[in-house]
Amino acid sequence: MQALKKIAVAPLLLALGGCKMVVMNPSGDIAAQQRDLIIIATVLMLLIIVPVIILTLLFAWKYRRSNEAAKYDPDWHHSTRLEIVIWAAPLVIITILGAVTWTSTHLLDPYRPLDRIAPGRAAATKPLKVQVVALDWKWLFIYPELGIATVNELAAPVDTPIDFDLTSSSVMNSFYVPALAGQIYAMPGMRTQLHAVINKPGEYEGFSANYSGAGFSDMRFKFHGLSQADFQQWARDVRGGKGELNRSVYLVLEKPSQKTPVQRFASVDRDLFDAAVNRCVEPGKMCQHDMMRIDAAGGLGMAGVYNVTTLEYDKRVRRGEGGLRAFVAALCAPPKATTASVAR
Amino acid sequence: MSPDLVKFLFGRLTWDAIPFHEPILLATFAVVALGGVAVLGLLTYYKAWGYLWREWLTSVDHKKIGVMYIILAIVMLLRGFADALMMRAQQAIAFGDHAGYLPPHHYDQIFTAHGVIMIFFVAMPLVTGLMNLVVPLQIGARDVAFPFLNNFSFWMTVGGAVTVMLSLFVGEFARTGWLAYPPLSNLAYSPDVGVDYYIWALQVAGVGTTLSGINLIVTIIKMRAPGLSLMKMPVFTWTSLCTNVLIVATFPILTATLALLTADRYLYTNFFTNDFGGNPMMYVNLIWIWGHPEVYILILPAFGVFSEVVSTFCGKRLFGYSSMVYATVVITILSYLVWLHHFFTMGSGASVNSFFGITTMIISIPTGAKIFNWLFTMYRGRIRFETPMLWTVGFMVTFVIGGMTGVLLAVPPADFVLHNSLFLIAHFHNVIIGGVVFGMFAGINYWFPKAFGFRLNSFWGKVSFWCWLVGFWVAFAPLYVLGLMGVTRRLNHFEDPSLQIWFVIAAIGAVIILFGILAFLVQIIVSIRDREALRDVTGDPWGGRTLEWATSSPPPAYNFAFTPVIHQIDAWWDMKQRGYERPTSGFIPIHMPANTGAGVVLAGISTVLGFAMIWHIWWLAALSFVALIGSTIVHTFNFKRDYYIPAEEVVRVEDERTQALRSLA
Repeated sequence: MQALKKIAVAPLLLALGGCKMVVMNPSGDIAAQQRDLIIIATVLMLLIIVPVIILTLLFAWKYRRSNEAAKYDPDWHHSTRLEIVIWAAPLVIITILGAVTWTSTHLLDPYRPLDRIAPGRAAATKPLKVQVVALDWKWLFIYPELGIATVNELAAPVDTPIDFDLTSSSVMNSFYVPALAGQIYAMPGMRTQLHAVINKPGEYEGFSANYSGAGFSDMRFKFHGLSQADFQQWARDVRGGKGELNRSVYLVLEKPSQKTPVQRFASVDRDLFDAAVNRCVEPGKMCQHDMMRIDAAGGLGMAGVYNVTTLEYDKRVRRGEGGLRAFVAALCAPPKATTASVAR
Repeated sequence: MSPDLVKFLFGRLTWDAIPFHEPILLATFAVVALGGVAVLGLLTYYKAWGYLWREWLTSVDHKKIGVMYIILAIVMLLRGFADALMMRAQQAIAFGDHAGYLPPHHYDQIFTAHGVIMIFFVAMPLVTGLMNLVVPLQIGARDVAFPFLNNFSFWMTVGGAVTVMLSLFVGEFARTGWLAYPPLSNLAYSPDVGVDYYIWALQVAGVGTTLSGINLIVTIIKMRAPGLSLMKMPVFTWTSLCTNVLIVATFPILTATLALLTADRYLYTNFFTNDFGGNPMMYVNLIWIWGHPEVYILILPAFGVFSEVVSTFCGKRLFGYSSMVYATVVITILSYLVWLHHFFTMGSGASVNSFFGITTMIISIPTGAKIFNWLFTMYRGRIRFETPMLWTVGFMVTFVIGGMTGVLLAVPPADFVLHNSLFLIAHFHNVIIGGVVFGMFAGINYWFPKAFGFRLNSFWGKVSFWCWLVGFWVAFAPLYVLGLMGVTRRLNHFEDPSLQIWFVIAAIGAVIILFGILAFLVQIIVSIRDREALRDVTGDPWGGRTLEWATSSPPPAYNFAFTPVIHQIDAWWDMKQRGYERPTSGFIPIHMPANTGAGVVLAGISTVLGFAMIWHIWWLAALSFVALIGSTIVHTFNFKRDYYIPAEEVVRVEDERTQALRSLA
């Protein structure tokens, strides 16, 4: 009965639930522009969808067999004028939508630094830099300019552009705070970017929007939009607290864990994010950019086999597979080619 | 036995692989096993094995192979839908402290299996089955171009389905999502057998799909009746041609991509790993270069079905035949130029994203033209609302909404907020259920009398239709709403209790769809029971327009005693208009392909090979590989490939039909 009652009021909830639809009612300027685009595109398409649905139902009713009064014209199968209209009408809509798409995709490109923080308000303040690392299964946020880091807690001052750099330690995740801006993937060995701004103070939901394994469902965090003063206070609190995020702490932190509580670090290794992107946080691993530089210069030839273990980045034992791994390259490697690194 | 010997004999396979500790799986296994034993017992009791083997399993008759494909699809639909119900139930109850009844380990396998099964082993066999059944009849051919290959293709598809089903009871299935993105699907993060089951099931089935694509292209290009020029072909044949072109051009990409992933997992290469400069993005690109055309592979034949159904039941020639054909061809070409819209959010530049967004939108122009063509076929028609026509109208109303949300998702900035959300889930179910599934049900209801000689019960057909239509909207409208609330896909449990009501409604919708599936099964059973009352002697129960309705229902093994000569679009309608007289004498022997068990054998060995590779049972893999090559060579020495149906036999069959038609008049 309770369930039935709930169902009965569902349409009402839908009508009232507008304020709960965070995508349609966001708190950041980028997300708001994306919302506007959804509305514009939908209205444009409804111009053609609604008539089609009405005509379908109308024709289905009018030309039903029992309606002998309706005209029956079994040989009518072509009309050049009508054909032009049925190709042209969608073409016109798509031309308009295509133009909107081209401009909006460029304006709302997540890699593009913001030039405004709200309609009519130019971005004047210096952006806040945040480096994001998706770990198994939690989020690490590094504030390089403030020298602090947090896990599963993100804060930013309102009306200040935020400049995210993202990567992942193991598998693909997607960084998404619906109230703030659209999502961007965080991927291992790669660096992605997102520019956004939050306009209203508040506590918002953030999560991974790409399935990444067993702990994925709890890979959530709170995003705090704070006033300038509150944000300074928050940063002071973090800096005044304990904890130092250096490479060895990171290597422990990145091990798989679920429902990880919020953690704060008063100081952070400045090169950590760069090392995470290049997969060389672990001692003895060659950074990807070094490898790429060597390869760009033509590679090392046979000597390259010395690099084998320094380029093995996946920590295989962590998610289940034990033991050492056989390398095809090892077949022709000299006997002691284990840990030597040519590049260092 | 020494552990080394055990490891040699059984590879990774141990008793732990059998899920004794999972009551859900154990109960399922008991039901499947009992059902299986019952079916086998009945077959033995009625001494049906010989009949089944000679008339069906080894048959190279395209009609029987088509029917077997559709039966496979319906069986797999039950499995895939059971997965859907379990997911809906989990998401409807797992809120706050309540973790639901499926731990992530199990739940993650279920959503992966649901996607894989529904696409590869439900939608694909439905489409391939219908094309097999109908295309040769529509073009006046006696069979497909390579009849043995057709049988082999079917059994390879079965082999893939068997492999997926096996993962339920021996080991586990992938926990990666249906496209198995690396690095998650790579050895470092999925070391167990799940992904290997995924790979080998798709590789075995993929061979079948590719070969059947080649087969049908050659059939359509080379085996059309005299006079049947391309621009006179029925629209279903046209869409089948385009679909098979897509299959042949894209399935090798899937095969190659999975082969690279296999190399990563078995040979420790690094195509898609994080190690050694491997590139997981490459996999994402490759898999979608196959994956996007794949959705058009599914939808184009459905468009073909609707074209046939709408013109038949409106009693009117299809409006705008040429533009329908051009629209199909344009969609076929464009479907290759849009794949990147599946990952706008992976950091491509704005110009790249806009390019793929706009090409995606352009597809909606020919699709829109098609919708209008069906609409204007209804205009000034005389519409009979038989079951296939109901599915068609239901499709037109439902599909345009799915098309609209699809174009919305093609706008990159909009996709940034909707990608991977339940809005996306609602969108693709809207086009796959509202388009492909509705189309296949329309097709099954439409062509069933052709395949079996009696119509399907229309009451239960209508019950099934209304349950599906209503169930679809009740199940997926809440998902659109949840997507706009920022809820993402594949979540195992939720924090926010206010979302629960929407998941409960969605679960109710899934139950309504369940009734739709049950009504369909009842429809088949009731129709078989009442087959005499539903009997169609004419071979043309709907007042059809295309050539398949010219022959008897079910058609004789040779389809047409004399190959018809075609003069017009809607060949059969044209023949009827011109007072066509069915020939009753002058029959000659007919050359036909002979049945062979080679397809069953080869596919069986391939499945064993796959199983051995999954479990690292190397001796068995080597043995079955040798056996596979050996049986293929042995098959090449089978010279009994064909036979002649004697003229007397043709005379007997045709006279029977003459008598039947006369008794009708």
